[in-house]
Amino acid sequence: MMVRESSIMRIHYYTGLAAIILVAIHILFRLTVPEGYSASLEYENVIANYKNISYALVLELILITVAVHGFNGLRVILLELRQGDVWESTVKWLCIAGAVGIIAYGTRTIILASMV
Amino acid sequence: MMKSVRIRVFRYNPAHDASARYDEFEVEAERWTTVLDALLYIKAHKDHSIALRYSCRMASCGSCGMVINGIPRLACYTKIYELDSDVITCKPLTNFPIIRDLATDFSAFFAKHKSMKPYIINDAVDRVDGREFLQKPEEVEKYLQFSYCIKCGLCYAACPTVATDKRFPGPQALAQMYRYLIDSRDSATDERLGIVDDRHGVWRCHFAGSCSMVCPKGVDPALGIQLLRAYLLGIGRDNKIVAELYSKEPPK
Ligand code: HEM
Ligand code: SF4
Ligand code: FES
Repeated sequence: MMVRESSIMRIHYYTGLAAIILVAIHILFRLTVPEGYSASLEYENVIANYKNISYALVLELILITVAVHGFNGLRVILLELRQGDVWESTVKWLCIAGAVGIIAYGTRTIILASMV
Repeated sequence: MMKSVRIRVFRYNPAHDASARYDEFEVEAERWTTVLDALLYIKAHKDHSIALRYSCRMASCGSCGMVINGIPRLACYTKIYELDSDVITCKPLTNFPIIRDLATDFSAFFAKHKSMKPYIINDAVDRVDGREFLQKPEEVEKYLQFSYCIKCGLCYAACPTVATDKRFPGPQALAQMYRYLIDSRDSATDERLGIVDDRHGVWRCHFAGSCSMVCPKGVDPALGIQLLRAYLLGIGRDNKIVAELYSKEPPK
């Protein structure tokens, strides 16, 4: 099945924009902890984040958008670096595997942390 | 007022030379002397073995492109005085294989241009009864600037993506694709979009804009590429309305 490059790049732009917004939300939430920014990075506060379902969802969305955007960005860079059918299909599958792998591993972390 | 300048000419014959060198020539330039004039003077009086390509001497044929003092330019359209330098370095166009000295191989460039189907495609065209398409001035406006392209390859030489991605069609070809896509006489919209919506196609432009900076004919290939991309993303589709053949009576 051939996926059109325009569909991939549409996803690239949407995930890029979504990542900016989601990461902004993520950083702004660090400031909501009354004791201040550095306190928000302490163990209990971090774990508490994962127990809040909607916040855990934001983290999951950051994981997905950045992984999809980042690995597609890497694919674009590598396709421009070198050309050739073997190289291009290797790059494609490695990037898909990379994104799926990171999302799977990150999701596992989010689930485990929410169960601590 | 005459001015004496030093012209440095890139010399390289891939068939014989292990590496490239520069030969230097002193030339007297008038206010109107172009780089091509100077090179032809050198060729006639100092060293006739220099290889370069030219024809019209008036920025129309697109054959005298070379890198002059670091920027791709037409030698016949660049006056020595405007370069404001006592040393003028002429190199072959970047991103093109070198045939010899300043002459480069345009085969890949022309093949990419050809792959864009740079002609009107429309099955409704009936050559027999002589009917024609009417175009309003605003429909002509949409593609006119792109049709001024003389295929000189300066934009292709300036493009950073072409430099690393040999499958990328380049600014000249992509701008021509937009030129035919948006022409109201052309109906092959889907076929055209299919050609450029490829992993090495229109998406590999990162809008450096160097193509439009160097174009000697006022074409803005970077604009054509962005419009083509926007079209693929569904923006500006109403820019394209395929004209209908009018029968006998022209519309009032
Ligand atoms: C993880 C590493 C990342 C890589 C390898 C990467 C790669 C890329 C590349 C290559 C492009 C250009 C696409 C093109 O012009 O064809 C791009 C565009 C973009 N990226 Fe990323 N990116 C990464 C992370 C991010 C992050 C974290 C954000 C937002 C927080 C982001 C936001 C954007 C946006 C908004 C665009 C669209 C603008 C443009 O096309 O120039 N990127 N990215
Ligand atoms: S777009 Fe301009 S620079 Fe590029 S080939 Fe055409 S005339 Fe030359
Ligand atoms: S000689 Fe024709 S464009 Fe320069």
